[in-house]
Amino acid sequence: MAIVASERKHSEHFNSAEHEFVSSKQGMWLFLLQEVLFFAGLFVAYGIFRALNPEMFHAASQMLDVKMGALNTVVLICSSLTMAFAVRSAQTNQTKKTTMYLIVTFLLASVFLVVKYFEYSHKFHVGLLPGQYFTNTELTDPKSGLFFSLYFMMTGVHGLHIILGMLVILWLVRRSSRNEFGSNYYTPVELFGLYWHFVDLIWIYLFPLLYLID
Amino acid sequence: MSSEHHGDVNYLNHEKGLKSWLTTVDHKRIGMMYLFTVLFMFLIGGIFALLVRLELFSTGPTIIDMNTYNQYFTYHGTIMVFMVVIPLIPAAIGNFVLPIMLGAKDVAFPRLNLATYYIYLVGVLVACTTLFLNGVDTGWTFYTPYSIRTSTSTTLVILGAFILGFSGIFTALNFIVSIHKLRAPGLTWDRLPLFVWASYATSIVQMLATPVLAITLFLLIFERLTGIGIFDPKLGGDPVMFQHFFWFYSHPAVYIMALPAMGIVSEVIPVHSQKPIFGYKAIAMATFGIALVAFIVWGHHMFVSGQSELANFVFSLLTMFVAVPTGVKVFSWIGTMYKGSIRFNAPMLYAMAFLFIFTIGGLTGIFLATVATNVHLTDTYFVVAHFHYVMVGGTLMGFMAGFHHWFPKMFGRMYNESAALVSGFLVFVGFNVTFFPQFILGAQGMPRRYYDYLPEFEALNRVSTVGSMMIGLGFVFSAIYLFKAMKSGPKASANPWNGKSLEWETTSPPHPHNFHDQPVVTHGPYDFIEQGE
Ligand SMILES: [Cu+2]
Repeated sequence: MAIVASERKHSEHFNSAEHEFVSSKQGMWLFLLQEVLFFAGLFVAYGIFRALNPEMFHAASQMLDVKMGALNTVVLICSSLTMAFAVRSAQTNQTKKTTMYLIVTFLLASVFLVVKYFEYSHKFHVGLLPGQYFTNTELTDPKSGLFFSLYFMMTGVHGLHIILGMLVILWLVRRSSRNEFGSNYYTPVELFGLYWHFVDLIWIYLFPLLYLID
Repeated sequence: MSSEHHGDVNYLNHEKGLKSWLTTVDHKRIGMMYLFTVLFMFLIGGIFALLVRLELFSTGPTIIDMNTYNQYFTYHGTIMVFMVVIPLIPAAIGNFVLPIMLGAKDVAFPRLNLATYYIYLVGVLVACTTLFLNGVDTGWTFYTPYSIRTSTSTTLVILGAFILGFSGIFTALNFIVSIHKLRAPGLTWDRLPLFVWASYATSIVQMLATPVLAITLFLLIFERLTGIGIFDPKLGGDPVMFQHFFWFYSHPAVYIMALPAMGIVSEVIPVHSQKPIFGYKAIAMATFGIALVAFIVWGHHMFVSGQSELANFVFSLLTMFVAVPTGVKVFSWIGTMYKGSIRFNAPMLYAMAFLFIFTIGGLTGIFLATVATNVHLTDTYFVVAHFHYVMVGGTLMGFMAGFHHWFPKMFGRMYNESAALVSGFLVFVGFNVTFFPQFILGAQGMPRRYYDYLPEFEALNRVSTVGSMMIGLGFVFSAIYLFKAMKSGPKASANPWNGKSLEWETTSPPHPHNFHDQPVVTHGPYDFIEQGE
């Protein structure tokens, strides 16, 4: 592997393509580490407010659509799988498959957003809105708006990561269709794969925390 | 390489024109762009500081009205913290020096490095457009719920600070990977210059703390735009939670400012004492000790914010621990100077100023870390004096030490030593004249951020204002002789100070790729021959 990798031209401040690859990968892990801390703020806020208002969280959580949430969980796990396949195909020189798997990942991400859109518009419709805009009458606790603030901020920031990821996938598809990736160079695909699994993982935490309070 | 004239081609002259600068991926040029941009912001923040001090020269309205005053001290704080003191050493000096110290051709991700500069620039522009809109009057801490309600252009300033954060995060990421992956052959971890160790620890703190500020500011923006209520007591939220989140970042931020300055002092003192550093390992370990403790003391900003008594006790105790690694460093630096052949030049003057001022800053921190005295001193000028001793005395003195130390390397020319000593002396004296009276004022109960004060505080306030003019004058002098030196100073040799770390092995100014051949390290960074033993 190392011999093949060194055949590719690398940036001149690295000793070899392999050296550049491991450095880039370390950079990506560090980026994900700061992402963890970015989301941590939201999770801590969630934890504190939930500890202070257990009943309100319980009641408000019932208003979320578990089926839609579960569907989206499955969709994202599938997209993580297709992304892993995309990386594998790039590593094994199956360029056409790489492109194909990237497109499938993109489509799954779109499905996720469509489902999210229906969820959001339903919440808007029945007044389950953040903070001061909360108008729903089914929930009686006056603080219920807080739960939906957290719901919209957490799923919103996560959704933003999905959208940014989709833009990167488009860029990867473009490069892949030009045969730029193969066993000697697949850094962007692999690094993006790490990011995509991370975004998936965040959802795996969001789903039970928001939808499955019991 | 393309050119045969060694020494003639350097990073400053190998390409010409504005475009070659704006699109450069050379860490040295990016460092220079940061340097001049940050120093420009330092000028703006400094002007606001002087205006604030002028207003406080006399009781009652002096030069500006109350609302303008609120805006001026907010701009002073916001600009100085987010746009000057945090990026000053890592982004400007670190970018220039660090890769050369590692014996690398560049940082690990040069294009990302350029991007951070533009992210910084966008953050500055977004925040500073508010100067021409409704301004901002929250203080640099953006405390809720006032920051939610004020009708000024606070949203844009918060957005600016949010953007600036990412510039720092990516610089930190770049440094960590560079230190791990781009060290020259033979540059083992125990041969790393202490500035590299300091940059490494700083980068870790920056990577872990800044995202928390980012999400906090992000929530605050939505609080203002859509009333999510997370920090708003009216909607069931918690304004104290904002303070927790804010200080979880902003206390470590003090070490994002101080650690690089300590790194510089650890370079300057051994080189200008021509003596091996005392306690190399102790200083490196203490750097990480400080970085670690940085994350578990934020509650000392909130002793009167309604924290539980237990939390107050724990945060107070933990804060005291900061003194241990800091003390280890201070004694190591003094131990390094002991029996050294000390040069009395500008880098050394500023390094000593650092020791003096930072130590006072640290010792007065004990009064603030103690709950009982803190209750009395909270939100008084004592706090203002304390953090200026730490932040200005720490970072700015460290920066000036490093700037003079590496000036010959950066520009290939020497500055005028006597002009530098005079200015440095003016800054040092001016600093103490400005801020020492504020300790007394604060202890006597003068509250910070107030537009007016009782008549009995007038005398010391006048002293303080005069001191601030001295600092201003000192920096104007510095700007003059430094610009002169850049244009027409005498040519500097590759190693004017007889330093032992890698940056002194290349030409001044360095070649575009730093070294003609890959350097191989065979000795430690402070292997000076001991005198008189
Ligand atoms: Cu603090």
